[in-house]
Amino acid sequence: MAFVLPNLPYAPDALEPYVDTTTMTIHHGKHHAAYVNNVNAALEKFPEMKSLGIVDLNKVSIWYEFSVQTENTLQHTGGGHFNHSFFWKVMTKPSNSNGPSAELKAAIDKAFGSMEAMKEKFNAAAAGRFGSGWAWLGVKPDGSLGVTSTANQDNPLQQVAEEKMIPILGLDVWEHAYYLKYQNRRPEYIAAFWNVVNWEQVNDNFKAACGGGMPAL
Amino acid sequence: MAALLSSKLNMTARPAPAQRPSVRTNAVALKPLPYAPDALEPHMSKATFEFHHGKHHRAYADNLNKQIAGKEWDQKDLDTIVMASWNNGNPTPEFNNAAQVWNHEFFWESMKPNGGGEPTGALMEAIKRDFGSFDEFKNQFKAAGMTQFGSGWAWLVTDKSGKLSIAKTPNAVVPVVEGKSPILTVDVWEHAYYLDYQNRRPDFIQTFLDKLVSWDAVSNRYAKAPA
Repeated sequence: MAFVLPNLPYAPDALEPYVDTTTMTIHHGKHHAAYVNNVNAALEKFPEMKSLGIVDLNKVSIWYEFSVQTENTLQHTGGGHFNHSFFWKVMTKPSNSNGPSAELKAAIDKAFGSMEAMKEKFNAAAAGRFGSGWAWLGVKPDGSLGVTSTANQDNPLQQVAEEKMIPILGLDVWEHAYYLKYQNRRPEYIAAFWNVVNWEQVNDNFKAACGGGMPAL
Repeated sequence: MAALLSSKLNMTARPAPAQRPSVRTNAVALKPLPYAPDALEPHMSKATFEFHHGKHHRAYADNLNKQIAGKEWDQKDLDTIVMASWNNGNPTPEFNNAAQVWNHEFFWESMKPNGGGEPTGALMEAIKRDFGSFDEFKNQFKAAGMTQFGSGWAWLVTDKSGKLSIAKTPNAVVPVVEGKSPILTVDVWEHAYYLDYQNRRPDFIQTFLDKLVSWDAVSNRYAKAPA
């Protein structure tokens, strides 16, 4: 069954003034839509992988691709579709969220010392990712929380990831995610992002990740 | 007469001045644009130049200068710093900044007001010989730019025998480090086109080829490339 472009969980202006309406419209309606079309097109060449969901596709596709010597098509397009589907859901209307759960807060304090320390690490990962990519907060194989960044449309589910983890929060730092409003001022965009985090979704992601899984996208 | 003068002026040899720490070193400059920031309108807007040259390119130069201040590379020219920081494929932290300064200078100089059209002379002959036709060159160049995933650059390069080919590089990488001589480039980092074209990278590259390329500059580079 082919992948479809999920609807945004909110109107395109819901994240104003932190993420502008035009960016949400183009980011979802053009960039993400293209990844959906392209991953479906790429899967035409690998029909036996069509039955995988997007999470499993990200987890397994890389070995398979190297064995058939392709040009990382599934890595790029499968990554792009997962990353954006995940991203819309970890954001919400500003002040629509009540913050991290007690369990998540405890895990953050344990891993980083404090919420502020975690944000500093996350912000540094996001600002320091040269070129295109993503910053992530996730649950590592040992069960603790970590921060990492990935290049292009890679994510920490994939075999190529330097640091593998189950993502619970992610931030797109491709320039298309912020250029219309922030231009070169990526740190300003990163700071603004914290106003739109959907902590309820992050809490759900955390709970599922502690069990080794992810909620349905 | 000289002896009289020198004794009058008491011009005896003086000891060398004490070493002073240098306060102004050979910083990498932000080269100005070769044209006014609105000169390539409507194909590449003034607003784009104000950010692309005034912020992005400027930041690469500023950050490189901070990295090399007071060190050996501060006395070197940009080409030298790019090759040295590439460090045979294991780049040092300076590489991204140095290469991006180089790339952006090369990019501005690849364009001109009322650009585009077609090359002539030896370059056009070489394009026809190595690509089959000028249109086929444009197709391949555009395809390279479109398929450079994420940030990067598309290039027309020549080798020591004058043979032309297309290259694409990620992020800050420049074909010079791979032993090729670039003669034309287009920046496909999203900041290069997002204000004017948003997601429409193919339209941007097409317009670049049709309306912006300075074939004079490209021809000169081709003629001067090391053989």
